[in-house]
Amino acid sequence: MEASVAASAEIHGLLKTPLDLASLVDAVPIGLAVLDRDRQVVLLNRALEALTGFDRDEVRGVPCRDVLRSNFCPQSCPALEASDSGQAAVREGNIINRDRRRIPIRLTSLPLRNAAGERAGFLETVEDLSGRMRPAEGLGPDLGLDRMIGRSTQMEELFHMLPVIAQTDSSVLITGETGTGKDMLAEAIHRISARAREPFIKVNCGALPETLLESELFGHKKGTFTGAVADKPGRLRLAHGGSLYLTEIGDLPLPLQVKLLTFLDDRVVYPLGDTRGYAADVRIIAATNHHLEEMVREGRFRADLLFRLNVVRLHLPPLRERGGDAALLLSHFLARYAARFKKKIRGFSDEARARLLAYAYPGNVRELRNIVEYAVNVCQEDEVGVGHLPAYLSEAEAGRDAPASAAIGSRLLARPETDMDTAGPVKWSDIEKRLIVNALIRSGGRKKDAAELLGWGRSTLWRKMKHYGLDA
Amino acid sequence: MADKVLITIRDEVVAPRFDLATEVLIATLGPDGEVLEKKTMVLPHASPEDLCHQILVEEVQTVICGGIEEEFLQYLTWKKRAVLDSVMGPWQRALDRYRQGDLQAGAILYERAGVA
Repeated sequence: MEASVAASAEIHGLLKTPLDLASLVDAVPIGLAVLDRDRQVVLLNRALEALTGFDRDEVRGVPCRDVLRSNFCPQSCPALEASDSGQAAVREGNIINRDRRRIPIRLTSLPLRNAAGERAGFLETVEDLSGRMRPAEGLGPDLGLDRMIGRSTQMEELFHMLPVIAQTDSSVLITGETGTGKDMLAEAIHRISARAREPFIKVNCGALPETLLESELFGHKKGTFTGAVADKPGRLRLAHGGSLYLTEIGDLPLPLQVKLLTFLDDRVVYPLGDTRGYAADVRIIAATNHHLEEMVREGRFRADLLFRLNVVRLHLPPLRERGGDAALLLSHFLARYAARFKKKIRGFSDEARARLLAYAYPGNVRELRNIVEYAVNVCQEDEVGVGHLPAYLSEAEAGRDAPASAAIGSRLLARPETDMDTAGPVKWSDIEKRLIVNALIRSGGRKKDAAELLGWGRSTLWRKMKHYGLDA
Repeated sequence: MADKVLITIRDEVVAPRFDLATEVLIATLGPDGEVLEKKTMVLPHASPEDLCHQILVEEVQTVICGGIEEEFLQYLTWKKRAVLDSVMGPWQRALDRYRQGDLQAGAILYERAGVA
């Protein structure tokens, strides 16, 4: 079978009428790939599309090592072993999928032969082992859950209720400021749920324009619009059996809010341009750092969708409200980055620790992590001192907030803006809005340069400009 | 201004994984995309941390690679490096497309029957 004809491949002689191969492999709940003799992709089933994040039509004819991206492919290709021995070859390892997640897997490669007994290709099965792994990063259960760390009362309460919530299929709404760990919490819920062996698919509702987002979420039928050269199942269908994580749900355009609401009501996906509906058993986990109730009052978010998503609501407290967690996280990230950068750093000096603990962390855990990473990079001694910390920390001592990343501090606060030195307490949102305006002024309105100046991706800048009404 | 680009390579193609790359190509490009200098380096072992360090030490501005974990992409982005990831195919074609300003993350550069 040639790659170019795989889309319409049929199996003859098995039943009275020819069987469509793609439909057959899609019915299998674990990842399946059909490769040709040269180990190039001929067909992926839906489960493997969900696991790898690649569309079957897009990667047809591409060597499987580029699509699977497993850690064992370069050294010991299972298909080659299967070809030599004529037997199934099994490997356990991990892959890095298109969403840049490392996923533990078990791969079995089987040689395929044609009717004449000649080698025709390979069939590979790929099982997601995430649900079977203990992913804690060397931390005892008393310090956290999954990859999350915390000893504060709020976090302990969260860790306590999480296993119970994970076992239900109710929609979950995660709220919390930026950098508090909403993505990590969503993944933790999935990993300790009964759906752990099924796909966990993340969609950023703020990163794509409305039309692309609709196609990404709900899929489309071939020929629906220019460029729709093949049917696309959409992320909701790919997440069948697992969880769909909708981050930045507050940025979901109103027409798509209606469509999502309809899905939550009847659990049927209607791809663009398709009159047929497809049932999908998907748990929805949504997250936002917006105040959705306020958005409902302003008419920017549908109340009925909020009620549907708000079945279980989990709030991640900002780091400044997490008591002694900052000290715990400082030690944790220091150990992690010292090991990563192969530095023998035993701790923080008293002064550095005091400054770090006194800081408000408007960017929360992400900011703390970035600061420690910066300090470990800079530090050439056996102790992190004040001089190793980003300069903006000392500027923030007078009770002012600072930007959410060390990178922003080094680039933007290196030249203090007089209009930012407002007397009295200021809100982080006001500072962030001014940082954006200043960056846009400095870059002459070029968003790409402004995003670079701020240390953000272009989509983050676009989302935040939209949030602050700067996109007009 | 010269642009320094690093491509993680394996044999003749872009290495499928950033963390497993043991060879890199570093090219310095002139203002019109011409190659001013090109060198390949064999790394002592595969380590994403060491590779990130190498990227900073070499003052590379753009990284072209295959699959990369979010953590390392975020780190490089934080360090102001542009990353074009999920690039599949011959590294020479990736470099040529980059020089022409025509390379995007996720580009599939293999020649395939029936695919433009």
